[in-house]
Amino acid sequence: MSTTDTTSGPGSATTTVVPQGMTEKRLPRWAPLAVTAAALVVALLVTLPGKTTVAGVAVITALLAVAGTWLLSLVVEGGRQATDRLVTALVTVAFLIAMVPLVSVVWTVVEQGAARLDADFFTWSMRGVVGEGGGALHAIWGTVLVTVATTIISVPIGLLTAIYLVEYGRGRLARAITFFVDVMTGIPSIVAGLFAIAAFTLILGPRVRFGIIGAVALSVLMIPVVVRSCEEMLKLVPNELREASYALGVPKWRTIVKVVLRTSIGGIATGVTLAVARVTGETAPLLVTVGSTVGTNFDLFSGRMATLPVFSYFSYTQPGVPPEFSIDRAWTAALVLIALVMALNLVARLISYFFAPKAGR
Amino acid sequence: MAKLIDVSDLNIYYGDFLAVESVSMTIEPRAVTALIGPSGCGKSTFLRSLNRMHEVIPGAHVQGKVVMDGQDLYGAGVDPVTVRRHIGMVFQRPNPFPTMSIYENVAAGVRLNAKRMKKSDLDDLVEKSLRGANLWAEVKDRLNRPGSGLSGGQQQRLCIARAIAIQPSVLLMDEPCSALDPISTLAVEDLIEQLKSEYTIVIVTHNMQQAARVSDKTAFFNLAGVGKPGKVVEMDDTTTIFSNPSQKATEDYISGRFG
Repeated sequence: MSTTDTTSGPGSATTTVVPQGMTEKRLPRWAPLAVTAAALVVALLVTLPGKTTVAGVAVITALLAVAGTWLLSLVVEGGRQATDRLVTALVTVAFLIAMVPLVSVVWTVVEQGAARLDADFFTWSMRGVVGEGGGALHAIWGTVLVTVATTIISVPIGLLTAIYLVEYGRGRLARAITFFVDVMTGIPSIVAGLFAIAAFTLILGPRVRFGIIGAVALSVLMIPVVVRSCEEMLKLVPNELREASYALGVPKWRTIVKVVLRTSIGGIATGVTLAVARVTGETAPLLVTVGSTVGTNFDLFSGRMATLPVFSYFSYTQPGVPPEFSIDRAWTAALVLIALVMALNLVARLISYFFAPKAGR
Repeated sequence: MAKLIDVSDLNIYYGDFLAVESVSMTIEPRAVTALIGPSGCGKSTFLRSLNRMHEVIPGAHVQGKVVMDGQDLYGAGVDPVTVRRHIGMVFQRPNPFPTMSIYENVAAGVRLNAKRMKKSDLDDLVEKSLRGANLWAEVKDRLNRPGSGLSGGQQQRLCIARAIAIQPSVLLMDEPCSALDPISTLAVEDLIEQLKSEYTIVIVTHNMQQAARVSDKTAFFNLAGVGKPGKVVEMDDTTTIFSNPSQKATEDYISGRFG
């Protein structure tokens, strides 16, 4: 305010001139909050005589707050602002609804899993453990090994497919690949697991269970995700950069490697990391392909392997007697898995931050 | 170093569509040839066919001959990649590589082709190219900053430096000043004036004053109507084209009565 006054010259100390008819009555900034608070009070009063539940109060509060804000705005500010308030309120409510399961899951898992989040959990396997104690070291190793193997299989196939689709693919083959990649994204994970175990059974005979079968099953799920995200990232690279490179007499493959991939590496790494996070938590395919065991197994090519999701599942469904120790371990395994996925997401953010092309003077 | 290009009966297609019809012209070495004409008449298409950038677009192809040094650029066994190493190009919009520094952008022709070169030689090449593009004084203290941080006019001169760093014989420029302000335009025009002592330059421009200022020869392209192929109406010395053109259409176009 003061700056506009000083620049507008002498005799204009009072002029922040707004043309007539362009000022409108506005609700103060705290109005929606006040309405929400009032709605909460009303909801509590209404539900007080009967049984008060958190969900009931929340629903009544939300309805009253949305309706109240809209009515108040309609009376004070007029129709267009009221619509704006209504939609803002609805969007906020939708956001809160979306947050409910997320917060609830994290809260429950942290609450239940914190009990066994100790050093033993990360240093012990379940070999020879009955009842109290024990840990998930074998399952953590299993998850890490299977995930790494999955990534090693999926990323080259997925990335090269994406490069083919964006840089070379024309006509029917490219369209067919795109179609099947889309179909693959919809494959139920158990089907991927059954496919992998069936394929290996055909080759190696019945009753084979080892890590790499799980990696193959997870690759079936991961490849389409990698193809899709890499394809989008490669498409984002402006064609001008490709042409600039061609015009310097650079062959196409070098252009792809050194200009296209280099420019999009941040996005590609982010996409790959998110795809890894997506398959890390898969349970069903690992259940049928890798099985479970109590000891640490570092060999992906022989013997069953424990993984965090499967460990969590068996600890919860077959806890033994007494059950509480095993169930505690199941929750902690779930917590560690969530933490792992979250860490991978953070890594993805860091990668996209550090690799993104920077402009600067 | 600069070379003559002889184009004869060149037909340029996008798929089945004939975009430019039977162009024949001789592009003189150590001179600036300007291509003018209304939008969509095929100037840029023709320019891109000179260093085989045209065929980068799916379905695009040409018929006819483009002869440089007695060799047909479209002859059997000619590698388009090699052609582009001899005929450099500057685009309408500045397009420095966003992941590279100013230095790396200029060195891109060497680095991307994995040519081995001593660090000191590369330093010299970068300095010489940036001096050649009139940019050295402005960027010599920040060679390691990203190229995309420069102003538009500086970026365009950076792209020119990048193009001349591969030491081409011919330099093609596709409306190099259309995205620039008058001061940057002047800088690029001065640069073209200097470069023509060493290079054969072909420039597409919509700005007729620019064509008159910088070029020695001018070719006027036109098309009979929408969906018809573009043609060269007339090509002559720039002074003749702008003072005494032999074709009525040329005179109408440059005097602004048409197009």
